Amino acid sequence: MAEIRYMEAINRALQDGMAADENVIVMGEDVARAGGSFKATRGLLDKFGARRVIDTPIAESTIVSAAVGAAMTGLKPVVEIMFMDFITLAMDAMVNQAAKARFMFGGQFNVPMVLRTPHGGGLNAGPQHSQCLEAWFAHVPGLKVVCPSNPQDAYSLLRAAISDPDPVVFIEHKALYGKRGEVDTAIGAQIGKARIARPGRDVTIVTYGNTVHASLQAAAQLAGENIEVEVIDLRSLQPWDEQAVYESVSRTHRVVVVHEAVKSFGSGAEIAASITENVFYELDAPVMRVGSPFMPVPFATSLEAQYVIKPADIADAVRVTMAGGR
Amino acid sequence: MTKNKDSQLLLSLYRTMRLIRVAESSLIKLFADSEIPGFIHLSIGQEAVAAGVMAALEERDTVATNHRGHGHVLARGMELDLFFKELMGKDGGICRGRGGSMHVADRSKGILGANGIVGAGIPIALGSALAHSVRGTGGVAVAFFGDGAMAEGVLHESLNMAALWKLPMLFVCEHNGWSEFSQTKEQFVAELADLARAFGIQHVQVDGNNVEEVALAAQQLTSQARAGGPRILECKTHRIRGHFEGDSQKYRNAEELIAADDCDPLIFARAMIEQCGVAPAAVDGIDAEVEAQVAASVLAGRADRQPDFAQAFADVYTATAAQG
Ligand SMILES: Cc1ncc(C[n+]2csc(CCOP(=O)(O)OP(=O)(O)O)c2C)c(N)n1
Repeated sequence: MAEIRYMEAINRALQDGMAADENVIVMGEDVARAGGSFKATRGLLDKFGARRVIDTPIAESTIVSAAVGAAMTGLKPVVEIMFMDFITLAMDAMVNQAAKARFMFGGQFNVPMVLRTPHGGGLNAGPQHSQCLEAWFAHVPGLKVVCPSNPQDAYSLLRAAISDPDPVVFIEHKALYGKRGEVDTAIGAQIGKARIARPGRDVTIVTYGNTVHASLQAAAQLAGENIEVEVIDLRSLQPWDEQAVYESVSRTHRVVVVHEAVKSFGSGAEIAASITENVFYELDAPVMRVGSPFMPVPFATSLEAQYVIKPADIADAVRVTMAGGR
Repeated sequence: MTKNKDSQLLLSLYRTMRLIRVAESSLIKLFADSEIPGFIHLSIGQEAVAAGVMAALEERDTVATNHRGHGHVLARGMELDLFFKELMGKDGGICRGRGGSMHVADRSKGILGANGIVGAGIPIALGSALAHSVRGTGGVAVAFFGDGAMAEGVLHESLNMAALWKLPMLFVCEHNGWSEFSQTKEQFVAELADLARAFGIQHVQVDGNNVEEVALAAQQLTSQARAGGPRILECKTHRIRGHFEGDSQKYRNAEELIAADDCDPLIFARAMIEQCGVAPAAVDGIDAEVEAQVAASVLAGRADRQPDFAQAFADVYTATAAQG
């Protein structure tokens, strides 16, 4: 099996998805001729032509609404929004239209579309090009939210997202695009199924996306202190794999939830609350959360370096939970 | 205008353009050397628009710009040290290192911000035009945007409201033909003139590489706008560098790039100045002055300290919240 980059895995999934179903189209700003700002759509135009690989004007609201309409009429659009921050311009399309069409029209329509978009900081891209806004979408009934941490999952989950009958927000991380890993295109993935990225007996870290890697680093550090951490990569936030998390908690009895999005009102709050509701008596310590500080992502290198979640922050939270909480 | 007055105006416009050119040229190197984090979009080739429009503005006027806004803020008079420190992510930057290139703003100069969201500055300028109108300040609001932003709904919505409420606003489109890696003619079927007609707003198109033409048109349109009612100024120009620094511009052909070099607004302006009888040495003098100024600001930027995280965190909300 060849090692390919995360961005190439996305590209392969798009190619294979388009080859498998002629209704799949790709649209977005600079996705066709230029091959995408992060080059994830490179080569698709040559392979599938301008009817199926469409460069759009800079008009996010209408691009995404048009995808909803196209999806209601038999196509399966995969839309790229260049930076997740720009999704704000298409919130009506996502929240009022895509999410609800099936339900409110009594099941007459499906909206089989995928919105691909990169989130995350670390590139000093500043407050309007670095945000992690996934919790917004996980909060909206009707949307699915997927966030792969490695090339294999990027491939398999994007194939699953394209085949899904409902709208899927497919979140990539800018810092992961260059990451290499083996990809077997025969391996399928189910949206909503987590993966144990590292088994362990003492503490469960629940995470997704780029912080999976920071969590694995923290786990490696902690192994030296005789703390065996289990890292669960959720892969999908809506739905999320409650079962896998509860089973792990029943084994380790301690949990830290980690994400790059700001901690306040984030996905971690939902996960922590659900654990408390459902497996409270398995817990030996309060559920800890690690998330970004409640501030916009700052530009300056020195500020952003303090803003981003580091393995040491995660390790600290694990030590606190090992000590029985704060 | 007398020849003397003419050359005075031209020299001052030239100085502004040269300042932008030298400042941005130094950014090329600073960026390549990683002294500037993130990414930057240079306006090299488009200096005449910034210089010409800003020359028409008064102190009370307000300005909102876009991701390619360095030229606009420098022409508006943002202090050079504050500009460089911001781009280098330093504490003494105009936004304390929190915004960077795409978010420079200067309240003292009526600059409501550069913007990382295409089109987003337009309705913000519209809002400040509304404020000028409601508060009777006599000020004009200017929105700078690229031709790529013509496709965004906010432009259309803003044109409507500006016309509806007869706001003192100047829409300035820097038409460089490109939206990132795509040509605008493959992105937008209409012309800005058509939009102007639809909304009943007077539209003037000028050669955006000719600073005198831009300045005269801007002067006329801002005074009309000040008297009530929006105007549109479209400046045809060229983006000489890539979309951002590090963009190899493979999508552009060599002829176009050479043509862009050929209509360099600085070379144009210099020729006009010399035609007025100004000695080349006087122009060289301006160049040298500006270069020294920029070099000093780069040093000031380097010497400044890193911003403080706790301070940034404390600034997410206003320190003294209102009490009911
Ligand atoms: C809402 C939004 N969509 C997309 C982008 C990405 N983007 C940044 S600049 C740009 C092209 C803008 O073209 P134009 O307005 O003509 O300005 P120019 O770069 O030519 O000066 C795009 C698509 C963005 N920043 N914001």
